[in-house]
Amino acid sequence: MAQTGALGDKIFRAVLLLAATSILLIVAGIFVMMVQNAMPTIGRFGIGFLFGSEWKPAQEEFGALPFIYGTLVSSVLALIISVPISLGIAIFLVEQAPKGIAKPIAFMVELLAAIPSVVYGLWGIFVLAPFIREYLGPVLQGYLGFIPLFQGRVTGIGMLTGGIILALMITPIITAVVRDVLEAVPTTQREAALALGATKWETTTIVLGNAASGIAGAVVLGLGRAIGETMAVTMVIGNSPQISASLFEPANTIASLLAANFAEATDRTYLSALIEIGLVLFLVTFVVNAFAKILVMGVASRNGKAA
Amino acid sequence: MTSLTAICAAFVTGLLLLIIGYIAIRGFSSINFQFLTDTPKPVGEGGGIGNSILGSAMMTLLAAVIGLPVGIAAGVYLAEYGRNWYGNTIRFVADTLIGIPSIIIGIFIYTLVVLPMGRQSGLAGGLALAVIMIPIVARTTEEMIKLVPSSMREGALALGAPQWRVSWNIVLPAAASGIATGAMLAIARVTGETAPLLFTALNSRFYNYYLDQPMSSLTVQIFNYATGPFEVEHAMAWAATLILVGTILIINVLVRTVTKRRY
Amino acid sequence: MNGTMFRSQNLIALFLIASVILSFGCSGQKLGEGPGTTAPGGSLQLQGSGASFPKPIYEKWVSEFGKANPNIRIDYQATGSGAGQKALLAKTADFGASDDPMSDEDLKSAGGEVLHIPTVLGAVVLTYNLEGVKEPLKLTGQTISDIYLGNIKKWNDERLKKDNPNLTLPDADILPVYRADSSGTSAVFTDFLSKTSPDWKTKVGMNKQPSWITGVGVGAKGNDGVMGQVKQTPNAIGYVELTFAKANSLPTALVKNKAGQFVEASLESVAAAAAGSVASMPDDLRTQITDADGAAAYPIASYTYILVYKEQADAAKGKAIVDFLWWATHEGEKFAKDLHYAPLPAEVVKKVESKINSMTAGGKALRQ
Repeated sequence: MAQTGALGDKIFRAVLLLAATSILLIVAGIFVMMVQNAMPTIGRFGIGFLFGSEWKPAQEEFGALPFIYGTLVSSVLALIISVPISLGIAIFLVEQAPKGIAKPIAFMVELLAAIPSVVYGLWGIFVLAPFIREYLGPVLQGYLGFIPLFQGRVTGIGMLTGGIILALMITPIITAVVRDVLEAVPTTQREAALALGATKWETTTIVLGNAASGIAGAVVLGLGRAIGETMAVTMVIGNSPQISASLFEPANTIASLLAANFAEATDRTYLSALIEIGLVLFLVTFVVNAFAKILVMGVASRNGKAA
Repeated sequence: MTSLTAICAAFVTGLLLLIIGYIAIRGFSSINFQFLTDTPKPVGEGGGIGNSILGSAMMTLLAAVIGLPVGIAAGVYLAEYGRNWYGNTIRFVADTLIGIPSIIIGIFIYTLVVLPMGRQSGLAGGLALAVIMIPIVARTTEEMIKLVPSSMREGALALGAPQWRVSWNIVLPAAASGIATGAMLAIARVTGETAPLLFTALNSRFYNYYLDQPMSSLTVQIFNYATGPFEVEHAMAWAATLILVGTILIINVLVRTVTKRRY
Repeated sequence: MNGTMFRSQNLIALFLIASVILSFGCSGQKLGEGPGTTAPGGSLQLQGSGASFPKPIYEKWVSEFGKANPNIRIDYQATGSGAGQKALLAKTADFGASDDPMSDEDLKSAGGEVLHIPTVLGAVVLTYNLEGVKEPLKLTGQTISDIYLGNIKKWNDERLKKDNPNLTLPDADILPVYRADSSGTSAVFTDFLSKTSPDWKTKVGMNKQPSWITGVGVGAKGNDGVMGQVKQTPNAIGYVELTFAKANSLPTALVKNKAGQFVEASLESVAAAAAGSVASMPDDLRTQITDADGAAAYPIASYTYILVYKEQADAAKGKAIVDFLWWATHEGEKFAKDLHYAPLPAEVVKKVESKINSMTAGGKALRQ
């Protein structure tokens, strides 16, 4: 029995180890494949690839800047819209709402994350874009038209539409992580604050302060998700590689460039440029996610020990 | 301040209801038996999404068949043997793999499978979905196993059972419902993926029972119909969306109400 | 408690074993079969991909051909001309499709001699979304070029008014829509603009994926995508294949041809554009017919091509391709008119026949 047990242990462990290692192999495989295929343009354009502002495959001119710009601006826009709302929901659910209300609402917010990207895109094309063109755009332009951000023609297709769709998509993610972080803050802290005469809202701000790095982690996690989002964005952002001050203007992101063009790049240099920009996306999301994880882990372990 | 936070919550839940309601209203009118079973036809001749439903189901099944065993095994490893540098590395890499854009996984599988095979295929599509599934399943499995009280484990070990017997006969069954929940949610997640299928599975206008041929999926079909110019195709996009979202939401609602836990 | 525990454990075990076996079974077997397998019932499956310009007629053809030949299943995916050429070169499809003939360079890099088989003729039309404008808009190569270069920004620009004295054009920004992907439609469109506007020739030129002027317009994927965008957006203008505009009952602009006439895109005007160049068609059939001579000729017209390897690796598949091409360029042409494509001129069909007859597998002619 002991003999078969020892052998069984070895086999069992080896099988599990193999499965776990496959995750490492996949990530390493993706990285190696991309570096290998991107080598021609990495060698040819060097670091200038990242800062060139012209993307002209026909002339073999590849500057990734408009795509990097579009990716960052649409993601940051999404954060600006989503973070206050997500924080509001999380505070409401953890600190304020009675259980009977909190549960169904939490459930419904999570369902938002279950809706596929392509469905958000469909909804964006046929509902959100016309709404922005007919109502939101003219209103914003009417009141804030003096700011360059809100100048130019309003077509309903562009950076703002992309940002709003992204905001909707990352809200459940940020909300969920912030909830976890808030719940990890020990109740003793709240009780102590209340005992010292703090109001309920003051207590909440103290809790938020203690959870700050975890909340930052949630935000960074949302950023990572927004950066990599593909289908919904490509359907509403206008696919035009330009750097424009106006949020109504079309833009393009790295992920939607890949979705529209990867299948048809015949030219070796073009393909290499596409894979290199994909590599940039890969590395950025990797770093952003790693950073988010470190931030969230910090809160969990600190409060875990405190409790 | 409470009212402000309540407004946030009400706003977002309201939006969800709005989106789902809109899909239901737009989609419902186009759904009938023929639509659910027919294949795409030239514009104006009707047609349906039967082959897309089958394609989505087949590729998701293939992804589950590959992704679940590997993911669950990796999760067990992390929970049972993963308290060292190697386990931490894998945990870390798995979390970042979850965050890697799925379009990049599509490119990876295109280079790895499509080019050597010489064509897009359901196999490539299913593999891309499996890659997305593995880290998700691994991490939820690990979390579920960690919830199993250590007293159960210690009891069995004290009785002289080998470690693998304890994992297999005691820990896994105890965590089974949680793992199943995680698996179902991962399945629901990949059912809605589009980007990784664009270059790997492509699309097809036929019922396809063979994994080495290009395969249609609900999501790619919705994308094609939605970005197209024809009203009839837009209507079909909404109807297909109703089927897709309905399936995914039903899985989510069932799983979450049955287990009453959050993942 | 113990009982249920063991039952669920057995279930997991069963599931794991079954799934591992299944996964090896599926992947191993299917990988081994490789491309070009036969579908159930011994039928052949052919994969075509490429141009979205002829998508409506190709979808009609594969559907009708399938009815007549139930043992051959042809799938056509409109992924764009660039993707069609790539699929042919990478051999991920059995035939490609493109409006823009392949470049000499690409032909050299191909793994074998590639034949260009013209199938139908089509027109690239300017379609627009202008409320209240009932009569067709008149455009010239120069004004179109100015719109896409960003020199004409408003619909009521003097240069547009000059050609359209009878229309009340709105004081609204023009939103030009272009193809974001690599496209034969773009190639035909920019070929025409390069011939008629010196500005365009120097700044952008002719290309499947031209370098659009930054800040002008939005990109969309496929003829479908451009059409959808124009339809969704007031004051937008875009260029698409004629049939896409017709199917949506969106207006198409009259375009000024070489003879100075404003001509509507139609089967007749497209046929007139082709008529002049039939005699001078090169042996490999790669040709452009934009800005053609003749008072009735529509100036943005083009052949669209199916691309195949002359020497087919698989005789059964090669035979099916040859049969399909023959059927399409003969019986298939009768579907062209309803879908707003012009059928091939009779002399071109003769040239196509000799191309199809030259196709071989293992050195043997495929068409007897």
